[in-house]
Amino acid sequence: MAFDFLQDKDRIFTNVYGFQSWDLKAAQKRGDWDNTADIIKRGNDKIIEEMKESGLRGRGGAGFPTGLKWSFMPKESPDGRPSFLVINADESEPGSCKDREILRNDPHKLIEGALIAGFAMRARAAYIYIRGEYIMEAKVMEAAVKEAYDAGLIGKNAAKSGYDFDVFVHRGAGAYICGEETAMIESLEGKKGQPRLKPPFPAGAGLYGCPTTVNNVESIAVVPTILRRGASWFAGFGRENNHGTKLFQVSGHVDKPAVFEEAMSVPFKDMIEKHCGGITGGWDNLLAVIPGGSSVPLVPAEQIMDAPMDFDGLKDLGSGLGTAAVIVMDKSTDIVRAISRLSYFYKHESCGQCTPCREGTGWMWRVMEKMRDGDAEIGDIDTLYEVTKQVEGHTICALGDAAAWPIQGLIRHFRPEMERRIRENKGAEVLEAAE
Amino acid sequence: MAEAPNIPDELEVRAKWGDFKFTPANEKLAKWQIAKYPEGRQKSAVMALLDLAQRQVGADTDTQGWLPVPVIEYVAAYLDMPYMRAYEVATFYTMYNLAPVGRFHVQVCGTTPCMLRGSDDVMAACKNKGMAKGKTTPDGLFTLTEVECMGNCSNAPMVQINDDNYEDLDYDIMTRILEDLADGKEIPVGSQIGRKTSEPEGGPVVLKEMVKANHDYRKEW
Repeated sequence: MAFDFLQDKDRIFTNVYGFQSWDLKAAQKRGDWDNTADIIKRGNDKIIEEMKESGLRGRGGAGFPTGLKWSFMPKESPDGRPSFLVINADESEPGSCKDREILRNDPHKLIEGALIAGFAMRARAAYIYIRGEYIMEAKVMEAAVKEAYDAGLIGKNAAKSGYDFDVFVHRGAGAYICGEETAMIESLEGKKGQPRLKPPFPAGAGLYGCPTTVNNVESIAVVPTILRRGASWFAGFGRENNHGTKLFQVSGHVDKPAVFEEAMSVPFKDMIEKHCGGITGGWDNLLAVIPGGSSVPLVPAEQIMDAPMDFDGLKDLGSGLGTAAVIVMDKSTDIVRAISRLSYFYKHESCGQCTPCREGTGWMWRVMEKMRDGDAEIGDIDTLYEVTKQVEGHTICALGDAAAWPIQGLIRHFRPEMERRIRENKGAEVLEAAE
Repeated sequence: MAEAPNIPDELEVRAKWGDFKFTPANEKLAKWQIAKYPEGRQKSAVMALLDLAQRQVGADTDTQGWLPVPVIEYVAAYLDMPYMRAYEVATFYTMYNLAPVGRFHVQVCGTTPCMLRGSDDVMAACKNKGMAKGKTTPDGLFTLTEVECMGNCSNAPMVQINDDNYEDLDYDIMTRILEDLADGKEIPVGSQIGRKTSEPEGGPVVLKEMVKANHDYRKEW
């Protein structure tokens, strides 16, 4: 049966390509800020309840149910500490480029979402943490926030709802690790972005020691539309437990790489055919796909073809949906180099706090570079695998895991290729010696 | 972790930047940044102020700017925080230049999504113009850095030069951009092959109404 593709009328991000202006007037014409006070009058608990019913799972990678996350925030503050919402716009995962389109083309969806989410979790203000390299995007966001203040949509009595709520833009300065929620909080406090030990969890003690929820840009920006159209509308897309629409980002060896919104659980092949014009050199030329950003293991061509693109479907393949950043690799790819380059990325971005990650990422990269030319022993593959297992799960944050998984995926699916390189290299050495 | 930089703190640096102060315009921006955070939490603004200071140094030297040690000291004192805490921040985040850079800081993304679509060629175009990674050209025009994923993956390969992104590159386009920059010509930012943003090349396959008019889809709900 052919997949029921998402129709234009059901897209949340209608200005995702920026053909129209991002400004307040244009955004209002598209339906943003339409009687926001009415949504807020439904009350905190009702909003959280609806978000739970919609089945929205966090769009930043981990896929934790958003409504449930909000419900962890304290209902009252016995000691007078305020609560904060932090919006994670530190999009740095290789392959991901969706939040950028929201920030620069649909910023008012994010600001309106921030107000509603902030109200629901009883937060005093929202900080939008934008990665430093998104310079133009941050400028647009600052201008949009100013517009919203000037129109009385945020600030005192925000959007005439009777609720006071502030939104601030905070720019990063180039550190992948600040996408980790506690590192982001550290960075917001003006420190190095090194993750904190949990517990205490941010909902108990986060920014400035106050209750804090960190949500991805997309998770927040979809909130107003979900509440306008109803939880059941959103839950109508995708398979059980994987509901909603999602911004996919395709990069690598497809005819036309693109960002687009599609219903969850779309089969991989259908998605690429419709939105990206197919694989370069045809479907027989597909080698492997990293379906969720650099941190998830790759999936070989034959397994991904008919796989539904959602959290559970990709988990079943030993990978994950992550941020839905799909990196496609055709048969011209030097697959060992592609993964080795990711190892270099993690070496570069390790914050240096935990020894297994600080030392392990560098070691893994150096061994991967040897694997590229086959300058190793067959047994080194097993040693490499073992080291990834020693890094995985032995660090404060998930960067250690993220560095280990791509290599594990490579060994799981492409071990024969790695062995071939080693054997060939050995053969070359024997020949040289003979001469 | 990133390579440890070699931080110049010589007499000339102190002599040149020892009495660094924000310009009145930047002073205003600094106050606005600090006001974003609760009272007593002005330290939160250290990243923004370091960026501001770097830009001011850049304006003074006609480059992207960098952070001499006396400037970091000034920012730390401005926020009433120990120098070491500001210094930590300056060395941790990659966008603070700890040594002088050229007029154009050419930051080529080399991470896998860009690599798959030809960042090697972009790098080669830079090297062919006499650039070397981590070095500034003798005429002071270009500094080349290979950076990690810049989040433009559907428009790969890409380069960020000072504040502007140039996307959908190849060897020839990159060569032309570098020549145009050297000649002081204006170059359109963003996609270099006519894409608006991240829609498929040749025009969007969805949301086609949005190309011409600000379509309101609510009527079709």
